[in-house]
Amino acid sequence: MTTAWYVLRRFALLIVSLIVSSALVFLLLRLLPGDLAQAKLGIYGTPEALAQLRTEYGLDKSLPEQYVSWLSKAVRGDLGLSVLTGADITSELLGKATVTLPLIGIASVLAVLIAVPLGMLAALRFRKWDGVATSAVSQLGIAVPTFWIGVILITIFAVQSQIFPSGGFPYDGWSNFGEAMKSLVLPACTLALAQGAVLMRFARSATIDVIQQDYFRTARATGLSRAGALRVHGVRNALVPVVSVLGMQISTLIVGAIIVESVFALPGVGQMLLQDVNIRDYTKVQGTVAATTALVFVVSFLIDLVLGLLNPRMRQR
Amino acid sequence: MMRGNRTLTIGISLVAFSLMMFLLSFIWTPYDPLEINPELSLTSPSWSHWMGTDENGRDILSNIVLGSRATLITGVLAVVICMLLGVTIGIATAMSPKWVESPAIFGTDIVLALPTVLFAIVLAAVYGPSTYTAVFAIGIALSASVAQVTRREVNVILLADYVTAARASGSRNLRIVRTHVLPNLRASLFVQASGASAIAILAESTLSYLGLGTPPPDPSWGRMMASLQQYLIIDPIFPLWPGLAILITVLGFNLLGDGLREALDPTLRRDVE
Repeated sequence: MTTAWYVLRRFALLIVSLIVSSALVFLLLRLLPGDLAQAKLGIYGTPEALAQLRTEYGLDKSLPEQYVSWLSKAVRGDLGLSVLTGADITSELLGKATVTLPLIGIASVLAVLIAVPLGMLAALRFRKWDGVATSAVSQLGIAVPTFWIGVILITIFAVQSQIFPSGGFPYDGWSNFGEAMKSLVLPACTLALAQGAVLMRFARSATIDVIQQDYFRTARATGLSRAGALRVHGVRNALVPVVSVLGMQISTLIVGAIIVESVFALPGVGQMLLQDVNIRDYTKVQGTVAATTALVFVVSFLIDLVLGLLNPRMRQR
Repeated sequence: MMRGNRTLTIGISLVAFSLMMFLLSFIWTPYDPLEINPELSLTSPSWSHWMGTDENGRDILSNIVLGSRATLITGVLAVVICMLLGVTIGIATAMSPKWVESPAIFGTDIVLALPTVLFAIVLAAVYGPSTYTAVFAIGIALSASVAQVTRREVNVILLADYVTAARASGSRNLRIVRTHVLPNLRASLFVQASGASAIAILAESTLSYLGLGTPPPDPSWGRMMASLQQYLIIDPIFPLWPGLAILITVLGFNLLGDGLREALDPTLRRDVE
């Protein structure tokens, strides 16, 4: 299969996924009993006021028409206005993303830094106590709920020794860089530990894979020590599956971020989404969820593309 | 002793422990879990209250025992849904012609990429937070990966000579599924169900931690965690208990799944040696 054909096919898949997932989100939120106009006006909803609001928000059109007009605006980055507050959804979402995206970014880097060395250790010393202990810790890490890790970190680093804040984010955001970073340390560590435990398993099995390869045996035969041979051949080979798994885990990372924001009261996308669910601001929930799933699909597209270009065998899947 | 067996033993013991707690909740709890005692508010663990009491003076241990119901029932129901849906879709897609199989695989891929908890949040927004919303959201989301694994396994089974022989002797699809496909899938289904239980229980506790699971007053481990977390300055041991309960149950199902897989697939036992 040629590269161009692979890219084209994968791109078509991306477009269809985006259409299907956004339609799903749109339909789920529109199949509600009652409508948005009723929700906004409540007991003040005279028939005339309701009719006027419905025309204003295009609620009097058919569902497919509404979906197409919403989608065509969303593609251009306009997610519309909140029915309840009238605020611009896109700009609010972008504002909140300045907390959530750095959190996910820092956590991903930390997770790889934790997972790769520990995974290699667990693979190399699988019969020794420290290798077994590392594997056991990874098993525990997978089973521990993310919010529990957060609470334990708060207890140790915010309550008992007050090194980091137990939650919140500076009011003036990133213009107060030091404080902003400081308030992201514990949340990012929480997310990284939860994610790192999962990645460690992949790093471990990737390393075991490398150790069994002929080139590794040859490298050992030329006189390199196990650690030396692993430095030359192992790290890079163990990193490839870890990074691709990290890419596939982007949806888990986003869900993790929602949880972590809730534990640490961080004013990010996740917190906003939960609040909107509670006050039933459907247009905002719709916009946020659609944008988030779109991000998931675009990231997995990019990762597939990079992996496909690097490794021709991937293209045949 | 095989490593697989040790994993299996620990897994079975932990799952049995959680199940016993679940069964115990129907017969006996140390105190009435819902009884409010303002004068006992937030006492640290003692001989009379092993895990202490919460902000309303309710016994935490009794609530942990009772809370196992919300978590395990949601988990088990979600797994039943995801196995029924996933296995049916998996077998059906594997046995259908190519023009049905490809779009079906594509659909599964889309559901797989959707974040489970996000999907549950949307459902909770629409239908209001409840045990059933959580069950359906988790069940549907997990069914995609079950369908994917099942389809791959069925495709392998269908290539076997005994299936060709059955076809040649006039067996129809349904009969082949009943006599050849399902019996050969059984081992893999146990492993998948066990893994899915771990994920479902973790997802349930996450949803109830976020306030989107089983509504009060029925206790659930996730919600207990969220409320006890506020009092960790008084005693950091409070939020430790529900977390420990979740950890034991999830770890149990994870190890059970791993152990079963190692026990049923001999090639995995010597992956390092």
